[in-house]
Amino acid sequence: MIEAADKPSPVIKVSDLTKSFGDTKVLRGVDLEVYPGETMVIMGGSGCGKSTLLRHMIGSLMPDRGSVELFGQDICRLGDRPLDEIRKRFGVLFQSGALLNSLTVGENVALPLKEHRSLDSATIDIIVRIKLNLVSMRHAIDRMPSEISGGMKKRAGLARAIALDPEILFYDEPSAGLDPVTSTQIDRLMMDLSGKLGVTTLVVTHEMDSAFRIADRMCMLDAGVILKVAPRQEFEAIRDGDPTGDETTDLIRQFLRGDAAGPITRRQIGVEFETDILRAGER
Amino acid sequence: MSDTEQQAGRNSIEALGARVLGVLRYAGGMSLLLGSVAGATARGLLPGRVRFRWSALAGQMVRVGIRSFPIVVLVQLFIGMILTLQLAPTMSDYGQLDKIATVIGIGGFRMLGPIITAVVLSGFAGASIAAELGTMVVAEEIEAMRAMAMNPIRFLVVPRVVATLIVLVLLTVVADLVICLGGFLACKWALGPDAYSGFWETVRVEVTILDLTTGLVQAAVFGILIGLIACHEGLNVRGGAEGVGRATTMTVVYSLIATIVASGVFTVGFYLFKL
Repeated sequence: MIEAADKPSPVIKVSDLTKSFGDTKVLRGVDLEVYPGETMVIMGGSGCGKSTLLRHMIGSLMPDRGSVELFGQDICRLGDRPLDEIRKRFGVLFQSGALLNSLTVGENVALPLKEHRSLDSATIDIIVRIKLNLVSMRHAIDRMPSEISGGMKKRAGLARAIALDPEILFYDEPSAGLDPVTSTQIDRLMMDLSGKLGVTTLVVTHEMDSAFRIADRMCMLDAGVILKVAPRQEFEAIRDGDPTGDETTDLIRQFLRGDAAGPITRRQIGVEFETDILRAGER
Repeated sequence: MSDTEQQAGRNSIEALGARVLGVLRYAGGMSLLLGSVAGATARGLLPGRVRFRWSALAGQMVRVGIRSFPIVVLVQLFIGMILTLQLAPTMSDYGQLDKIATVIGIGGFRMLGPIITAVVLSGFAGASIAAELGTMVVAEEIEAMRAMAMNPIRFLVVPRVVATLIVLVLLTVVADLVICLGGFLACKWALGPDAYSGFWETVRVEVTILDLTTGLVQAAVFGILIGLIACHEGLNVRGGAEGVGRATTMTVVYSLIATIVASGVFTVGFYLFKL
């Protein structure tokens, strides 16, 4: 266990983050710290605010209140240019891969290099091939994004995300929409990159198999509030243990196990319906 | 006045206020975009770290220009013919059939050339730019660019707005000539030697360099407006495919309105300053 004095400074520090869209409060005072080299998984049901939280961390959204510090700098209060300097130090894999459709896979990976590094085209070409090799996509270097599968798009997106050798990698639902085999391959790739490159990794997902495979620490977000941040093992214990009677722990347990009945169901559709679901399950 | 009437009055005022606010917000958004485009263009053209993306500009010009060229020629040819044949009976009655080249030339160079070309381009280039950028927003491509510290204004908006401007000016030159050609062909086929014998000479003498430049200045402004509106609508798409469709439609509608309003402003200005 790391003593307080030995604890490294967090590379990502979110404090009291609050965001509303119209009358809908999406984040309600979120606090989170992610330390160098660790893989943090943020999980939660649809609409719980996890993607919104990620978008604040990459500077796509500005909070109503609170701050997001990356490398010790509050990105919510930075101008465009200093923020761009921070952005060059992290990579993002979007849910769809977000490759530019008008460019080939190779050109997509080369894009940040051409823009932010003073390198000749031969060197850029070599780096592009290395990055594509890391994600087993070298054969698709000249293919257009419309010609490749969803899993390949994600891998190519990952190659682009690591083009500048980032210190932090953000993943938005990396396994969403993929078959189990491709999903496992993507997870392996993430763990590989994290191990090989030593980058800090933050993953937003609701795919529990994937989350337990890759996480060092996990964070459960519900209705814009963080319910628990703990090492993976603690969440495994909750998942595998019996109901405790504690509303929060049982809610996390239901989510992790994917049970049809429990606190989440009661909140969504009421007690009577939950009883119907339980009876249907028994039948 | 009853409570119901008072409430109805308040609602009308609120609705009017909301509409005015909406227009102001849109104008503000467009002004900010114009400022960003101007700044990014200037930074790209001045010596320094930021490079102007000439290849992207060339690509957009080919895309916008090549697609629009045949339809501009076709439409303007017919405009020239139709205008000539519509004017011919009245001008013939006054014995002014030989002046038809003057009317077609000046009308074409000063107004019909730039306006009709802008209308065609708003349908072709404007709608396609809005749809393309809107689709990129939906596919998270724009957000990905921002996350890679790349400015979408410099990468996507500047080449499109500048290309629309240049292409609209070039197409207007073509359109001016094609309108006159349409007029000439109508004279030749339908009106006889009185109308067509000195047609090109009359155009050359009567249409001044000022007529050409006023038309081209208008074309340049229409090009900027169409490019800006298309990019603004595209980049502000919300709600997936439906939003892309709405942005495409609104681009054409707003571009047409902006073109006509700008043309009206120009006409008043030219009239007041006797240009």
